[in-house]
Amino acid sequence: MTDQRIKPVVMPKWGLAMEEGKVTGWLKRPGDRIAVGEEIVEVETDKIAGVVEASEAGVLRRAIGEVDTVYPVKALIGVVADADVPEEEIDAYVADYVTPSADEAGEEEAGPTYEFVETPAGRLRYARRGEGAETIVLVHGFGGDLDNWLFNIDALADKATVYALDLPGHGQSAKAMPEGGVEGLARALLGFMDALSIERAHLVGHSMGGAVSTLAASAAPGRVRSLTLIGSAGLGEEINADYIAGFVSAASRRELKPVVEQLFADPSLVSRQLVEDLLRYKRLDGVSAALEALSGAFLADGRQKTLLAASLAALDIPVLVVWGAEDRIIPAAHAGALNGRAKAEVIPGAGHMVQMEKASRVNELIGAHVAG
Amino acid sequence: MARKISMKQAINEALDLEMRRDPAVIVMGEDIVGGAGSPGEEDAWGGVLGVTKGLHAKYPGRLLDTPLSESAYIGAAIGAAACGMRPVAELMFLDFMGVCFDQILNQAAKFKYMFGGKAKTPVVIRAMVGAGFRAAAQHSQMLTPVFTHVPGLKVVCPSNAYDAKGLLIQAIRDDDPVIFCEHKNLYGHEADVPEEAYAIPFGEAAVVREGKDVTIVSYGLTVHRALEAAEQLARERIEAEVIDLRTLSPIDWDTVLESVETTGRLVVVDEANPRCSIAADVAAHVVQEAFGALKAAPQMVTAPHTPVPFSPVLEDLYIPTADAITAAVSKIAPRAMAA
Repeated sequence: MTDQRIKPVVMPKWGLAMEEGKVTGWLKRPGDRIAVGEEIVEVETDKIAGVVEASEAGVLRRAIGEVDTVYPVKALIGVVADADVPEEEIDAYVADYVTPSADEAGEEEAGPTYEFVETPAGRLRYARRGEGAETIVLVHGFGGDLDNWLFNIDALADKATVYALDLPGHGQSAKAMPEGGVEGLARALLGFMDALSIERAHLVGHSMGGAVSTLAASAAPGRVRSLTLIGSAGLGEEINADYIAGFVSAASRRELKPVVEQLFADPSLVSRQLVEDLLRYKRLDGVSAALEALSGAFLADGRQKTLLAASLAALDIPVLVVWGAEDRIIPAAHAGALNGRAKAEVIPGAGHMVQMEKASRVNELIGAHVAG
Repeated sequence: MARKISMKQAINEALDLEMRRDPAVIVMGEDIVGGAGSPGEEDAWGGVLGVTKGLHAKYPGRLLDTPLSESAYIGAAIGAAACGMRPVAELMFLDFMGVCFDQILNQAAKFKYMFGGKAKTPVVIRAMVGAGFRAAAQHSQMLTPVFTHVPGLKVVCPSNAYDAKGLLIQAIRDDDPVIFCEHKNLYGHEADVPEEAYAIPFGEAAVVREGKDVTIVSYGLTVHRALEAAEQLARERIEAEVIDLRTLSPIDWDTVLESVETTGRLVVVDEANPRCSIAADVAAHVVQEAFGALKAAPQMVTAPHTPVPFSPVLEDLYIPTADAITAAVSKIAPRAMAA
């Protein structure tokens, strides 16, 4: 009975590879009242640092996770419960809590992790989660990959079938870039949907992926149920061209780290491993050429060439625009470009990677948008 | 796509991809095809530890089994490089450099300089290094410092399969002579390695663990010992930063100095003999360039100044251990500091 009123705060699992995480700081103290979505505790993995947000309201009754200590995924690091739940019951809950073993976690992962599909644009990598009736396809931005949706894909999969892909030239997909820059990528996205027999989908595009998704919707309006454009390209001319040039040219950790830090409102989120993973991608044969060709195709004189407000106005589907208020790559002012045509939300305290920095808010917005 | 493969497979894959990409890439060495005297089984061996296995069948005529004369075939490889090929010569054990050193020291290393920059010598000399293989004093040395001493040579010594593949591809594409040192006790070591070709630039060290209290610099096998030591130290709440140099010429001073400027403490771990070693080189450079940042004297953890012993008991003590590294750190970063 009381179990229903006592909610565990556990070490989260961000992405397939995460097995453990380190508690780096508590943002709430025992006794603090907590609302849904409030940030409770900071956690760091070898990939990225993040914040655990409250999924239930209540009072933080126990902060068990010690700072600078590593815990396995799903270990109990805190307890939230209403103020009237007696102390003894909280203590009993903590004493009885059993962390699901690595084996159980392993069983959940036993299904396919990353998959590959042959498309006209080459072999593309993707991840698939959930079994819902609606289908969502997550489209990353320039230089990104499907792991940009680390904090979103599982949350969205509660109610939908969610795909995240690596666009051509990105992640672990084929490195040859299709002709036609961003439009070529839009054709590749539709080809990806064809190959997996995805008839219609809600497209969620981040940054350049927003432009790719919009172009796909314009090319095949019947196949796109809605658009979510996050920090999207295509809604104005301004863009941080130094970021793009820096990302393309950086060949070492020292060069790349300050470039990548511009993606986040909080640069301390950029871990050694995140930079190393990006370098490993950038070193692959063909990637430099792909990134140079692509940036050349969508930038002219340091400004965006592909402007899509008119195309979006012509589309008869719901559009949601989401931006991080502190975006240093594409200005948040572009969120107003579709004035009246789209719902727009600018989220404070987040940069260009708003879907990572404020994941639960972004997931909530996408969920509501997709549900109509 | 990344999957786990051994360092031996990673080296084989790098050779395979570069031979496929560039017809100028050839491989020369003793028994790299199948060994003389085994007709009909030309690909049975693939080098003394099987690193080149399978390549002869894929690239017939481009793997050349050479006579047992290092001075002849290392010289031939260097000459072929000067004439436009990209040879990868396998010297088997780097200890055998003695008989072909003139070709390396006075020819390959000097061409670019003495011909006013007009000559290129894109040769790679691959060789096994290091102790722990029960192969005695003439097959176990860590001779990296002998080569870093020579201007005109690039010297590489990877610690893992991912780096081995990317560094060997870079070595083959590089226009200068590269001495590529493979620790034989790492051949079985596995890591995530992409199937595709990729090149890791020379002169970029890897920070393989971050920490604020002490900087441990190493390369090759002893990087793993340094990481073990860092684990031990973490339990005593001393956070060690571990730097894998990856390439010894050129060397990434910036990464080393930046780290020491943060931690104020340096331990260099080198499997080479201590005199005029990589450890001595790094310690001296840091003292000269970052003296003000140092809170304690840099420490060197190296092999002793002796030949590699054949006795297994003594050989195990010869290579720097995690305990020796931890002890060196404890000397300059007392536990009280971390409190």
